[in-house]
Amino acid sequence: MTKRESTSAEMSRRSALRLMALTGAAGVFAPGLLGRGAAAQTPPAAPKGRIIVGLSQEPTVFNPLMLKIEVDDGVHFSIFDPLFYTDTDGVIKPRLATEVPSQENGGISEDGLEWRVKLRDDVTWHDGTPFTAEDVKFTIELIVNPEFRAWRTGGHSLVRDITVVSPTEITWRMEEPFSPYLSFLTETMIVPKHAFDGVADPNEAPFNHAPIGTGPFKFARRVAGDHIELAANADYFWDGPYIETLVFKYIPDLTVLYSQFKSGDIDLIGLQYITPDNYEDAKTIPNREIVLAPSPSVEMVLFNVERPQFKDAAVRKAIYAAIDKQAIIDQLYYGLPTPSETFLPQGTFYTNPDLPQQQFDLDAARKLLDDAGWVPGAGGIREKDGVRLSFVNSTTSGNHLREQTQQFIQQTLAEIGIEMTIENMPAAVIWGEFWVQSQFDSVLVGITFRVGADPDTTNRLHSGATPAKGGQGSNFGQYANPEVDRLLEEGTRIFDPEQRREMYFRIQEIVREDLPFLPLYNDNRANGWKSGIEGVRPNLNARSESWNAAQWYWTE
Amino acid sequence: MASFLLNRLGQSIILLLIVSIIGFTVLNLIPGGPLAQYALTPGMTQEDMDRLARQMGLDRPLMVQYFDWLWRMLQGDWGTSYRDGQPVVDVIARHLWATLLLMGTSMVISVGIGTWIGIRGATHRYSAFDYVATAGAMVALSIPTFWFGLVGIYVFALRLEWLPAGNMYTIGDGSFADYAIHLIMPSFVLALVNIAVWSRYMRSATLDVINQDFVNTARAKGLTERRVLMKHVVGNALLPMITLAGMQLPNLLSGALVTETVFTWPGMGRLFLDSLSYSDYPVVMGLLMLSAVLTLLGNLIADIVVALVDPRIRLA
Repeated sequence: MTKRESTSAEMSRRSALRLMALTGAAGVFAPGLLGRGAAAQTPPAAPKGRIIVGLSQEPTVFNPLMLKIEVDDGVHFSIFDPLFYTDTDGVIKPRLATEVPSQENGGISEDGLEWRVKLRDDVTWHDGTPFTAEDVKFTIELIVNPEFRAWRTGGHSLVRDITVVSPTEITWRMEEPFSPYLSFLTETMIVPKHAFDGVADPNEAPFNHAPIGTGPFKFARRVAGDHIELAANADYFWDGPYIETLVFKYIPDLTVLYSQFKSGDIDLIGLQYITPDNYEDAKTIPNREIVLAPSPSVEMVLFNVERPQFKDAAVRKAIYAAIDKQAIIDQLYYGLPTPSETFLPQGTFYTNPDLPQQQFDLDAARKLLDDAGWVPGAGGIREKDGVRLSFVNSTTSGNHLREQTQQFIQQTLAEIGIEMTIENMPAAVIWGEFWVQSQFDSVLVGITFRVGADPDTTNRLHSGATPAKGGQGSNFGQYANPEVDRLLEEGTRIFDPEQRREMYFRIQEIVREDLPFLPLYNDNRANGWKSGIEGVRPNLNARSESWNAAQWYWTE
Repeated sequence: MASFLLNRLGQSIILLLIVSIIGFTVLNLIPGGPLAQYALTPGMTQEDMDRLARQMGLDRPLMVQYFDWLWRMLQGDWGTSYRDGQPVVDVIARHLWATLLLMGTSMVISVGIGTWIGIRGATHRYSAFDYVATAGAMVALSIPTFWFGLVGIYVFALRLEWLPAGNMYTIGDGSFADYAIHLIMPSFVLALVNIAVWSRYMRSATLDVINQDFVNTARAKGLTERRVLMKHVVGNALLPMITLAGMQLPNLLSGALVTETVFTWPGMGRLFLDSLSYSDYPVVMGLLMLSAVLTLLGNLIADIVVALVDPRIRLA
């Protein structure tokens, strides 16, 4: 698939999405229609064969509620189920639930505080115990248990008075209306209550190493440092599984990961995927499908806007105009990424398509600075009121493409009288205190702003979310705009997608104007798998390429 | 002998304490810490990070953390891996055997071939063989293992398709033959450098011995050249090699990071790097202490063996 094709696919998907959103976010439950697409292939009647997924990091956390990294999610999606899931079009659909609660169907009260979720009655855990509302209650309570080393408590911490009405119905009250909670629940796998019976410390439960789920695959075994093997769950209540064995193989080096994909040792190349420099070569391997799939992460230069150099919006605009985005994309990333103007991924229901396009124009950049009173001083570096236009940019050291990107930016900025110095640090250092306490001038970073498919970004853009100012959140660039604050607050209280969309469109407009960060591009990940495997559908809204392994199958 | 051992034991304990203090401090001085990697997780808040730090005991003063760790260690509790949630001892044990298999095989190859090349190079000094061996050793030493590994994979796995491109075994197979065929490339790549090292040492050790008086005496007694070489020369030349082998013992268990990475071998070297990059302090400390103990043990064993083999040396 060429880049052009993927872009046009995005466009048509967007219009399809508008239609879908208008007819209500909750789709009709129809597993038979999912995953088939245009291909006339049908999956085998009984699970057959094995698929080996290669990953460049090792999944080690098997309790899906515990502190984890992205790569653990692929395994969780296969062993467990959430109440709802987000499909490739960004539409939330029911999984363990029978319908997605909304204000229209009465699942969520008019004030957004009372939630009612109806559950399937035909689901059993891998050990044969029936799944009930008690398990859902237990899951949410475990997440907010102060002793439990939970991954993320956002949304769950607002839940009060969980009541099990019947084995298939559960209700709760929210401390305040919070519409993104639906998306948080799509990333919350339900765990079995009975697996924790008599367990004193949930952090040390045997379950954490021998997980029991409701999902399409059962945990078979793990060879530490090497691979994890899952076996088909013949009694799965939903679509699939169609393969007998699913293996996640850990291959620590990206070059080796690629050569094992080439040699056929692995059937599908997962997280970290095919590196851009190997993309052209990958397309020439016989019997492999290579597909570019957009990533939700946005690569950006993020400013610490409290620094005197960056307080003036004219400076941020001038820097943006002085970045040759296309050259970076073409010369460093082999043309794979798509230029971006916002913090949301391309082409989603909530992504504002009408934002102004950045133009690489050094003269315009110079003029912006001249007009704002920044005049060349010592060494040709511009200054104003004793502030020199000189700053440090940092990123994770060892990431060669990012390091070269910095050099590209450094060069063009020098031409307009701005001095950028590069100070890179190892991941554990840069993303520690330095980052969370806003001790940086600027960073080059890839950030996923959304949770699931929800556009709420309060955590990253609200002025109250800056730890350096005593706030709780991840607004480390210290961005503050009262109108954005207001819209963000309102946006989480409203459930109607159309109404929310207007607000987030406006937020994106303001942020594009303010430029607290300079959006560079969205990555397109080069996925690959062996021809003969069907059903693989990379999903922008799920944290793993293996989110729908239940529907994968071999054609022959 | 007893007082020697007691003395060494006392020294070792002090050394281990120092190693643990330095290791713990340096590890914790690195800014960021184990939670930094979660800072970019979508939806993760500072509140969550603070809670996790408290739950993991990372908010306590460094001294308290160290003594807590030391006290548990003395009771035989190595702690629990942050990344894996399993006891550190289990985590290490699971990676240990993969490393032993690889390093053991490669050591047998390198010692065997290296010793032979070294002796032959010394006895046939300035012969064509000696020149080729010397040049070969220099090449092997100066080219990175990483390169050898990748070239090996390209030639034997991707082009010729004789050998697998990596991994310890085929998932779902795991027979003896399967392990053996997977062992060939990584163990030879790893051995290549060690053959070079070993042959150079062996060559110079043999040369030291070969012109000594007792060798001439043995020849004068009318022993065959073969018998002189095997009984008198090689036996004496191997003595310094024992010390060298002792010093290599920790390597045997600490694994070969580069080779393990290139050939996706789930060994100790990988474990160390992964644990370091995840800031999995308990495992890193466990590995550090293990390799410190092994280093001391290797040296001790080498000293004892040399004393046993060479009656001229007395331990006191």
